[in-house]
Amino acid sequence: MDDLLQEFLTETNESLDVADVELVKFEQDPNNAEILNNIFRLVHTIKGTCGFIGLSRLAAVAHAAETLMGKFRDGRPVTADAVTLVLSTIDRIKWMLSAIEENNGQEPEGNDQDLISLLEEMAATELPPPEPEPVPEPPKVEAAPQTLERDLLPGEIPLDELERLFRETEVELPARGKDKAKEAAPAASAAASSETTASASSSKGDSAKGDSSKSDAPKAEPPAEPKAATASVPAPVTTSGAIAKADGRTPATQGGAQRPSGTPSGVPANAEEGTHASALSAQTIRVSVGVLEQLMTMVSELVLTRNQLMEIARRQGDSEYKVSLQRLSNVTGELQDAVMRARMQPIGNAWQKLPRIVRDLGQELGKQIELEQIGADTELDRQVLDQIKDPLTHMVRNSADHGLETPEERRAAGKPERGTIRLSAYHEGGHVIVEIADDGRGLNVGRIKQKIVERGLATEAEVSKMPDVQAFRYIFQAGFSTAEKVTSVSGRGVGMDVVRTNIEAIGGTIEVHSKLGQGSAFVIKIPLTLAIVPALIVRAADERFALPQSAVVELVRVQPGTDHAVNWFNNVPVLCLRDKLLPIVALGTLLGLAPEQDAHQADQWTDALIVVLRVGAETFGVVVDAVSHTEEIVVKPMSSTLRQVPMVSGCTILGDGRVIMIVDPAGLAQGAAARGAEAAEMDLNTAEATHRAAAAEERTSLLLFRAGSREPKAVPLGLVTRIEELEVSSIERVKGYPVIQYRGALIPVLYANEEVGRAKSGTQPMLVFSAEGRVMGLLVDEIVDIVETPLDMQLSPSGMPEVLGAAVISGQATEILDVGFYINVAFGERFEQLTRVSTRPKLLLVDDSAFHRDLLAPVLKGNGYDVTTCSSAQEALERLGDDEEFDAIISDLELPDMDGFALAAAVRDDPRNRDLPIIAVSASRDRDTIERGRAAGFTDYVARYDRAGLIEALKEFAGRQGAAA
Amino acid sequence: MSEHVPALTGAPVGTYQQYVTVRIASQLFGLPIQMVHEVFAPDAITRVPLAPPAIAGVLNLRGRIVTMLNMRCLLGLPAAEGKGMAVGIEHDGEAFGLMIDDVGEVLGLDTAKREANPANLDARWSAVAAGVHRLSGELMLILNVELVLRGAGTVKAITASSY
Repeated sequence: MDDLLQEFLTETNESLDVADVELVKFEQDPNNAEILNNIFRLVHTIKGTCGFIGLSRLAAVAHAAETLMGKFRDGRPVTADAVTLVLSTIDRIKWMLSAIEENNGQEPEGNDQDLISLLEEMAATELPPPEPEPVPEPPKVEAAPQTLERDLLPGEIPLDELERLFRETEVELPARGKDKAKEAAPAASAAASSETTASASSSKGDSAKGDSSKSDAPKAEPPAEPKAATASVPAPVTTSGAIAKADGRTPATQGGAQRPSGTPSGVPANAEEGTHASALSAQTIRVSVGVLEQLMTMVSELVLTRNQLMEIARRQGDSEYKVSLQRLSNVTGELQDAVMRARMQPIGNAWQKLPRIVRDLGQELGKQIELEQIGADTELDRQVLDQIKDPLTHMVRNSADHGLETPEERRAAGKPERGTIRLSAYHEGGHVIVEIADDGRGLNVGRIKQKIVERGLATEAEVSKMPDVQAFRYIFQAGFSTAEKVTSVSGRGVGMDVVRTNIEAIGGTIEVHSKLGQGSAFVIKIPLTLAIVPALIVRAADERFALPQSAVVELVRVQPGTDHAVNWFNNVPVLCLRDKLLPIVALGTLLGLAPEQDAHQADQWTDALIVVLRVGAETFGVVVDAVSHTEEIVVKPMSSTLRQVPMVSGCTILGDGRVIMIVDPAGLAQGAAARGAEAAEMDLNTAEATHRAAAAEERTSLLLFRAGSREPKAVPLGLVTRIEELEVSSIERVKGYPVIQYRGALIPVLYANEEVGRAKSGTQPMLVFSAEGRVMGLLVDEIVDIVETPLDMQLSPSGMPEVLGAAVISGQATEILDVGFYINVAFGERFEQLTRVSTRPKLLLVDDSAFHRDLLAPVLKGNGYDVTTCSSAQEALERLGDDEEFDAIISDLELPDMDGFALAAAVRDDPRNRDLPIIAVSASRDRDTIERGRAAGFTDYVARYDRAGLIEALKEFAGRQGAAA
Repeated sequence: MSEHVPALTGAPVGTYQQYVTVRIASQLFGLPIQMVHEVFAPDAITRVPLAPPAIAGVLNLRGRIVTMLNMRCLLGLPAAEGKGMAVGIEHDGEAFGLMIDDVGEVLGLDTAKREANPANLDARWSAVAAGVHRLSGELMLILNVELVLRGAGTVKAITASSY
């Protein structure tokens, strides 16, 4: 592909991007002739240049579009349809351009008759321009138009026009000088800035025409010279006169419109063309990105070498090179700055496509959207720019789709129908802040929080305390969408997480602010550049690492006797820094370079260096072995095999030639969070099931004692009424059973097992259990301790009926004994005799934990109830369905498959069971659970180990039931 | 295996290929000479945290960052005792160093005499080998650089997912 074509493609693409923006503006403000002119000129330039290079297909399309644009200039009302058509034409042109680029300069096969005919149709069906066509004055210079032997192809430029163009181009520079000399400076600048004002156009007309037609034409008279110029173009261009009329302008129009076709460079070479950039363009040159990149690499190398030299100088102390080295250092710094600046591009480049997107979205969604752009000239590194282009587009789409309401909704909310999306950008200390704000409905905190709970990302209790800003952060989670319906635009829950990832990948952060009903704002903070960053060099696990300075908040030294200290929560270290608690991680351990157990030695961080980092709103501490110095490091990319390595964003070469890793603070934050989650997961695993976890969290008081073997045994302290030292001589026997007199009554006593020593004299420790008036004593060898511990019991297959299971308590395997068993043994038979089975109230006990079942059932039996046990809600429902009649149900709330709430609801569904008392037993005691229980149909609620409460409840409800029956 | 060793099928009979021979543990390997950029003694390798085990780290070789691959690890051999040598190779514009025990001579061998990998070769070995040459007294395995790099990459994929 030749250079000319290459240049044409680059420029045309740029022009088209501008055309997109201009068209959208035009649609909103159809009376702005300046915008219209800009677009017309752009399309015309494309057409003209195409003809020049011989791209006939492209030229034909551009020509048809230009015709329609010409109509608009005639004053034809601009409809959304028409703009859509022109926009789609521009899309077609873009497609062709890319095809040309791919095909090495060849136009793609086929034609665009469909589009062209649409364009022509629209242009043709239009009413004639409202104003009468002015009488064409005979053209002065172009009076003798040269004609071709054949018909011109669409878009081809007639020879006479070409000739005129050449003439004009030739003399433009002198004209400018003359103009400037003749006119006052303000006039010249006016001409440069605007061609539409009357004064400007007149002076311009004067100057433009002054050379081509020797100023013969009267100033403001519309002689419709263009007629001659365009008349020979065969297509439906019959509008030139009207063009002039619509613009209220003289041949300048013609010049303005057509001159660019004669200057294929496309860069307006003179200020008279009136585009804003023109004055600047003379001072700029086009440099390929490759050259810039190469420059940047070389400067980076230079910076590295400088750093190495500085390092050597530091070591040598006083040396004669010092002064020159200082100069070299300064110059290098300046060079670095300059090259960086060369790489800078206005952020507006990333916004260029947005007006078009917003417009299309607005049409699709039936919303009126205004896109405000503030600070489009804010500059940042093109590498960064490329990275944020897509996230920005996505967020603007999101704002348009979710953020803004429909016109009806807006009216109802008392807002103007037209919604606004405001894009703004500005510099703030080495960073660029980009804000995407809309005045739409805002984020619904309630819904987001609800969603957070639904997705199990946090508990209800956590969510209720969560500040809004923190809740908003969850919208960046993958798959998190609160949109009620998925539209073609957004709402699929993909995207925002990608946005965050992209932004964090370049060391940026994103935050959301929102007020329900007033709109929301996304604030993105991104670094100016990625190539050279100031970094803190630290040492950990015998390696050095670079921590980007932008993330470093402060350095803290933890020492005994200072205000700061490392505290441990269940093996998780936290730093008490002033009034805050920060999670801390050891850098070496997190990076997998230091052994894991180091981190678990609670005493190792009594003297530690902690770098406090902030990523987004996350603040955490990183424990390092040493802090070295700060340095401007040149970021070198990792090889492709290493790019996916977490927590490392690149590497750099230090002054001594060693390569060190650049730690990615965002990755560190994630890694640290993952470790926390891992720890939580481990807890869950040991607890086996959620109810177990709840039970484990709730600490149980256990009485530890020895009975027989050396290993301690335990019973829940709640079941023990007293601990006595029994005078063994007081043991009597009734019907062969040992009994004692205890507080004026005879109570049975049992030895805990066969191995328990039978003291012949003196005293022996005795536990007294009581179950509603029934009291018994249990003789043991020795009382060991009372401990409060999370109870995580494994059922024991020991086969011994008195043993419920075993648990590790205070580091020792401990058997948990079954109080119910002993009560049964001591009282069972006697109760059987005392109460007739048929009259005993029947209870259904539902608990998936055998431990709890075995704990409760004997107590209940001891109180004169007939107990049927079930391990699941399903089983309970089956039992109920078996026409068995129960006087009450006692159910655990946490059950597998179907929880207690669902069970209660299912029970209540059966009309026969409407009045059946259901008593909930659960470890959790919070108000919410109790409320939920009541709503589900529970009659009463009793805490798990509150046996007295349970018996009371049973008396009240099961008794009442019995009385009613 | 055939798709792994395209060079085998297309090679005309009787052409010579020069190999740089290297030794890893006691085994002789051959690297096509056009792949080898340089031979250097690796020094000051910086470990890359959380990187695949086969990647020993990175080092600075005259201003370039070179990713060092631990061939012994890749082949499932015990770690070397000495410092060893490294063969610098270039792939897709990136510099890699294969850490080996020692570098030998350059051999010109008839490609037609190359034999396929023995079927019972260790999977880790056959994953990087592109055939065998029978030399006088010993066998030389041809190392396919593409496969070696891919091997380091696959290891990465596994570690990354388990992370």
